[in-house]
Amino acid sequence: MSVIGIVSPGFSGRRRGGAPDLPPGQYLTEDFPVLSAGPTPHVPKESWNLTVTTETGAAHHWDWAGLTALPTERFTVDLHCVTKWSKLATAWEGISLDTLLAGVETSAEYALAHSYGGYTTNLPLEDLLDGQAWIAVRYDGEDLTPEHGGPARLLVPHLYLWKSAKWVSAIRLLNEDHPGFWESVGYHNYGDPWREQRYWGD
Amino acid sequence: MTDNRLDGNAAGGALREVFAVDLTAATGQCSNCSQRLALAESRLYTHAPGLVGRCPGCDAVLFRLVRGPGRAWLDLRGVTCLQFALPGAT
Ligand SMILES: [Zn+2]
Repeated sequence: MSVIGIVSPGFSGRRRGGAPDLPPGQYLTEDFPVLSAGPTPHVPKESWNLTVTTETGAAHHWDWAGLTALPTERFTVDLHCVTKWSKLATAWEGISLDTLLAGVETSAEYALAHSYGGYTTNLPLEDLLDGQAWIAVRYDGEDLTPEHGGPARLLVPHLYLWKSAKWVSAIRLLNEDHPGFWESVGYHNYGDPWREQRYWGD
Repeated sequence: MTDNRLDGNAAGGALREVFAVDLTAATGQCSNCSQRLALAESRLYTHAPGLVGRCPGCDAVLFRLVRGPGRAWLDLRGVTCLQFALPGAT
């Protein structure tokens, strides 16, 4: 068998157009694997709610109508899962956390996201701001399915995907860091794929 | 006042005996709903960054096990007081 001049961009680790490599240790996938640490919550939009609480205990609530009345952005991002698959150029619609938190007064440094079903994940508040994070409600032109975290999930694509809490129900803004579901059992507290921060001490 | 205590290393033999057994046969109590069960009866989720065992009665997390290169982490905070059979011991 002769194979001449076939260079897969995935195999070479280079993206077309000379864009940067994949993060270290990642491989490309075309499908969208579904990872879940428990039963998939099926939350109807009618009863869906998002709560943001600040370090002073002030609570802000959005129901589905309130959330989707906010300005929505379309964005295309690369996803990097700590189980080593990466999926490039995924197309989403959602509400920027800058928009969501615009009226929320806080001096907290940390955020802890909670999900329907009990999942949690922690990250510095600054990683949710400046156009880096969204409450995503549509994927690839369709409403977000429960398998992918619908009706709404957090999306923080510059960190490993476990930080992008599916079925997000609350974001607590805190003065102290509080390790989440995976961060408390071996996974890295920050999870930057470009520095390959998979496990404690990486 | 003097405490009658030893260095934790003194527990090495006893812990080694317990951690060498088949943990799936161990029974414990769900911290959430108090059901008693063998770990083998838990609902296991494997399509995840680690293994997650959940209570068949209430879906609460019983244990989480993460396996990294050369290291593993086990969190059992969802189970109270595991009971082990010690094969061959009396
Ligand atoms: Zn239970």
